Amino acid sequence: MKAGSNRIEAVVTNVVAVNELVKRFHFERADGGLLPTFSGGAHIVVEMRDDEKTRLNPYSLMSSPLDTRDFRISIRRDDVGRGGSLFMHRKVKPGDRMVISNPVNLFSLDLRAKKHLMIAGGIGITPFVAQTSQLAAGSGNFELHYAVRNDALASYADVLKERHGSRIHLYRDDSGETLDLARVLATQPLGTHLYVCGPAGMITWVRNTAAAAGWPAERVHFEHFAAPQPGKPFDVRLAVSGVDIQVGEHESLLEAIEAAGLDPPYLCRGGVCGQCETNVISHDGKFLHNDHWLSEEDRQSGCKIMPCVSRFEGKSLVLER
Amino acid sequence: MGINFRQETFRDDYSFKNSPEQIRRFPFPFPEDKYMYSVNIEPHVPGLKDTVFEHLFDVDEHYISEMQDRALVLAEDPLRCQSLPHMELAGWDTLELLMTEKAKSYPDLFTLTRDGDKWHWINRPLGIDDHFTFGDSSTLPYGPLEYITRQSQGDFAVLDQRDNNLWMDAGIVTTQADWSLDFDIGMNFFEWHAPVPLAHQMGVFTRALKFLMAMQQGQPSRRHNWTMTINSRLDTSPENFHKWGTDRATVTPENVGQKVHLRVEVQMFFRLPRSNALLFPIRCYLLKMDELVTSPKWARRFHRVLRDLPNELAEYKGLVRYRPTVVEWLSKYDDGAPTSAGLGPD
Repeated sequence: MKAGSNRIEAVVTNVVAVNELVKRFHFERADGGLLPTFSGGAHIVVEMRDDEKTRLNPYSLMSSPLDTRDFRISIRRDDVGRGGSLFMHRKVKPGDRMVISNPVNLFSLDLRAKKHLMIAGGIGITPFVAQTSQLAAGSGNFELHYAVRNDALASYADVLKERHGSRIHLYRDDSGETLDLARVLATQPLGTHLYVCGPAGMITWVRNTAAAAGWPAERVHFEHFAAPQPGKPFDVRLAVSGVDIQVGEHESLLEAIEAAGLDPPYLCRGGVCGQCETNVISHDGKFLHNDHWLSEEDRQSGCKIMPCVSRFEGKSLVLER
Repeated sequence: MGINFRQETFRDDYSFKNSPEQIRRFPFPFPEDKYMYSVNIEPHVPGLKDTVFEHLFDVDEHYISEMQDRALVLAEDPLRCQSLPHMELAGWDTLELLMTEKAKSYPDLFTLTRDGDKWHWINRPLGIDDHFTFGDSSTLPYGPLEYITRQSQGDFAVLDQRDNNLWMDAGIVTTQADWSLDFDIGMNFFEWHAPVPLAHQMGVFTRALKFLMAMQQGQPSRRHNWTMTINSRLDTSPENFHKWGTDRATVTPENVGQKVHLRVEVQMFFRLPRSNALLFPIRCYLLKMDELVTSPKWARRFHRVLRDLPNELAEYKGLVRYRPTVVEWLSKYDDGAPTSAGLGPD
């Protein structure tokens, strides 16, 4: 059985420029019904048909879980990425038909928490927009600290302030405002859970600061989708199916396997969920592991790869697919 | 639909029995003439007409009587239904899933009308007609989980997902094969499975947990399990072991046909959308040996399965004491002929 095969035919009903880097996309069901219920922190996978190429990228849902007439995602334009965000920004228009997946939540709230302390950086704000809506409706206790470059790029800061008032704390880099994380952590009540979503450096900083302050790891939650990085093309032999493929510069290994007609399982397509883990039968070259799933031993052994985000440079690579 | 609901008991005089139609749709669990553990998970999609898989939640001729038996168990022991405080949202998820599916599958028996959060639920077999506010427990006579599972056959465990594990944090358990929600509440996946022999070494639970944690909404799965029960008692609980444990010493060659039951659990897994919890319905079906042998294929195959069952499994399932008597009884129905492929009764 394939995870992620539950596809929904959707129509783009609105495209809104939030600021110079971020656009918001609204999807409704093509058949007009309600979309599936979801929980704050969930993402959907969007299928992008770009001429010959199909990309599947995950994006956090940022609409309210209480209203599933439409799904909303916000996408930051990445001018040096593989082109998924550029495709969405440049080509997708209201009225377009697209296929999206059922929601999957790999960043859910711990509902035992007495309080939810959220730290967001940049576009990492999106799952928190949904989670704060969910918590506010159920009179949940939360506090959000949001670091941005400047006012112009502070996506949804105004909306969040309007909805949640003094629970929202904004830090503008260009104004020299900084989050005193150690102090924020020191003043939380017992039973608080900490959530962080943002750039990799921020996640590391928050986790390390919390660990140093004695926070148990079970109380610290993070959303760490690594977008697949472009890289040099490489050849792969899929031993089980007897197929040879080439992974293009702007293609992920997982996408190349799918383009060959295979159907490996996946959930996050961002190197965290572990679903697409693939055994390496033999290799002559160097792995470029970009995932957050494999252990250091797995990487050293050279026996496993996460095809959603990781790449390879060298003479030959044979996978058990 | 025309389900002919039976009026019967699962205690005292044990008047439970299956109609010939119900025997035909029994979920016989053995695809071959021997049995060993397997994860045996398959997609839970609506299946063939006149099978228990026709709808996502099967309602059968025992519905009303099973719900009456559940009410009796809960009256004696309210701890059979528990929900830790953080699981209320999962209770509402469960209520929504069961109401929408039942109303869709059996429109002549159940009707759900939704106007925003104002809901109207009609359950005709049980004579229930309630208006309530979705999300507001004060508008229901019980919490959402207990309310809807007092109207749904089978046990329900609700598992919270966090810290790379599943936690038994809510449920209703009154038709169980000798396990206790009150004992397991708050345990994680490995803790509540700790008593199962052999499977841990086989890595079954590690694989199963990995699969379950990746379950997605809209794509439920199911598996089955089986054991045997003496007398048609649904509530074979540790709490009431003193009431049924000694029954196992009462099996004689003369009473096997009526007293001994094959007990099959259809276990389902649903990802719940609001809470991100996992719903684990465990639906129990009972079949008397006299009813089982109305299918020559089932009789031959079950004789072989029971005869060759590894001792550890017989011990764990609590069959050791009466197994020889039942195997001897079944052997009369096994002429050694090969059995056909598949689960059906032929």
